[in-house]
Amino acid sequence: MADVKKIATRESYGNALKELGAAHEDVIVFDADLSNATKTGTFKKAYPDRHFNCGIAEGNMMAVAAGAASMGLVPFASSFAMFAAGRAFEQVRNSIGYPHLNVKIGATHGGISVGEDGASHQCCEDFALMRSIPGMVVMSPADDVEAKAMVMAAYEHEGPVYMRFGRAAVPVIHDEGNYSFQIGKGEVLREGSDVAVIANGLLVAEALEAADTLAEQGISVRVINMATIKPLDEELVLKAARECGRIVTAEEHSIIGGLGEAVCAAVAESGIPCKVKRVGVNDEFGHSGPAAALLKQFGLSTEHIIEVIKAF
Amino acid sequence: MTETEKKKLQIAACRVRMGVIEGVHAAKAGHPGGSLSAADLFTYLYFKELNIDPARPKDPDRDRFVLSKGHTAPGLYAALALRGFFPVEDLKTLRQIGSYLQGHPNMNTVPGVDMSTGSLGQGVSAACGMALAAKHMGKTCRVYTLLGDGEIEEGEVWEAMMFAHHHKLDNLCVIVDNNGLQIDGRVADVMSPYPIPEKLRAFGFEVAEIDGHDFDQMEAAFAKAKETKGVPFAIVMKTTKGKGVSYMENQVGWHGKAPNDAEYEQAMGELRAQLAGLEAE
Repeated sequence: MADVKKIATRESYGNALKELGAAHEDVIVFDADLSNATKTGTFKKAYPDRHFNCGIAEGNMMAVAAGAASMGLVPFASSFAMFAAGRAFEQVRNSIGYPHLNVKIGATHGGISVGEDGASHQCCEDFALMRSIPGMVVMSPADDVEAKAMVMAAYEHEGPVYMRFGRAAVPVIHDEGNYSFQIGKGEVLREGSDVAVIANGLLVAEALEAADTLAEQGISVRVINMATIKPLDEELVLKAARECGRIVTAEEHSIIGGLGEAVCAAVAESGIPCKVKRVGVNDEFGHSGPAAALLKQFGLSTEHIIEVIKAF
Repeated sequence: MTETEKKKLQIAACRVRMGVIEGVHAAKAGHPGGSLSAADLFTYLYFKELNIDPARPKDPDRDRFVLSKGHTAPGLYAALALRGFFPVEDLKTLRQIGSYLQGHPNMNTVPGVDMSTGSLGQGVSAACGMALAAKHMGKTCRVYTLLGDGEIEEGEVWEAMMFAHHHKLDNLCVIVDNNGLQIDGRVADVMSPYPIPEKLRAFGFEVAEIDGHDFDQMEAAFAKAKETKGVPFAIVMKTTKGKGVSYMENQVGWHGKAPNDAEYEQAMGELRAQLAGLEAE
C-alpha cells in the first residue's frame, strides 16, 4: 500500500471542525493547551472567537463544556484520549453523561501509536471507560474520509458523543465521493465466509491487507469496519457469527472493555455457535518507540491478524 | 430593602427551612445542615435576585443557578417549590423511588434546576461554561453558583476560578457558604481552605464578605456583583450550619443525617414558633 494516501485522523478532525464551523454558528471548541496536537488549532485559525482554551485543566474543561451545552451551543471538547476519557472521566460521567448534555468529545492520540511519549500517554482504556457511561456514543474512525463524516454525524446527533482519533497517519480506504456514515452502523468492506474480522481505527487497513493475503491462500475473510463501538451494530455482528462461525476482533485498545468484549457479549448472548478471538493490547502498558514498531510489537498488525486467523 | 420586604424574605426563609426538615425527615436521609446554612441564600436568590419565571422554567434568557454543593438539594427544592416551580407537597417524596426529587439535583427531572450536580467541584465549572456561553451568545442573563467551604478543597474549583477570571466572566457570581464544617469535622481541621477571600482575590475575583443570614448585606453584595465589570465576583458568606434548628446549629453530626420523629417534631415546633414570631411582629 506504498502509494496510498495517508492522513492522521486528528488532521481530519481539525479539518472537519473548520468545515462544521462554517456551516453552523452554534459550534464552539474547547481545548486544554493541546490545540496544535489535537488539530483544533485549524478551527481556531478560522474562528478564533469560537475557540476557547481551558489551559491544562481537562476536568474543568469537560464540565465547562457541559454548562455551555446547557445554554444551547454545541461544544466540541478536545484533549488527548488519556486525559479526555481518563483524567476527566468523572466530569464526563456526571456533568455530561448523567444530564445527557449535547457535548462532543474529540479525543486524539488514542492507543499505542502515540509512540515515543510512552505508556503515560498511550490510552488503551478509553473505549472501556466511555462505553460504561449510559447514553454515550463511542466511535473511532478508520481513515480520513470516515473521520470527517463522523464529526458531521456527531454534530447532528443529539446527546453526548466520544470520538477517538489517532496521531499516526493511516491509509485512506474510503472513496469520499460515494461514502455515507451512520452512527451505530458497521460497514462490510470485504465479503467473505470463512472468518470475519471486525475492526476499527487503524486496524481496519491492517485487516484488509490480511484479507488480501489470506485470499491468495484460499481463505475467505469478511472485513467489517465497526467504527461505532456503542451502540454496537449487533445485527451485523450476529450475521457474521451465523455466516462465518469465526470472528476476530481487532482494535488499538485493551482487549478488556473495548470492541472485542462488546462483540463477545453480543455473540455469547445470541446463542449462535461462533468462536471469537480478540486482537488488541493484552492487559499491559505500552512503552516508548516509533509507532510502526510498537504496533508490530504489540500484535496490532496484518501479520498478527493472519496468525490469529490461521490458528482457529 | 424595606422592612416589609425583609420580613417577607425572613418568613419565606423560615418556610424553606420547614421544607428542608419535611423532606429530609420523610426521606429518612439527606443533608439538613448545609441546606439550613444556605436557606437564607436560596430564599434571597429565588424570591428577590434571580430573573426567573416558575411558569417558564426553561426560558432561554433566564438567570441560571447552579448548586455546586449539590448535596444541599433539600434547601434548593424547598425554595423552588415555595416559589411555585412544583407543589410543596412533593417535598415529602425526596429521595423516594419514583420521585423526581433525586438525592442530588437532576436538571432533567426537577423544574427549575439548571444543572445536574452532586459530585463536588463540577457545578462551578458548569456555571463557568454557562457564563461563557451567555456572553458568547450576547445574552444578558447572569449565572450564580453556590459552593460549600469544604467543596473548595476540590482542585477543580480552582481550575474553574482561573477560567472565570481568564475569560473575564463578569456575569458570573460565585457564592461560598462558609459554615465552617464538613463531614469529618471543622474545615479548619480537616483541610483548611482558609483564608478564603484572599485566595479568591488572588485568583482575580472581586470579593464581598457578608453575614449569610443578613438580607441587607446580601442585597448590597449582589448589587455590587452586578456593577462589577471585567472580572468575576465572589461572595463569601459566614453562616451557621444547621441554622434555625437549635440542636442542629454548629453540630457536625447534622451534616448528612435525618431527624427521627421526636427530633422532627422539635425542629418543626421551633420553626413554627419562629414563623409565628415573624408573622406577629
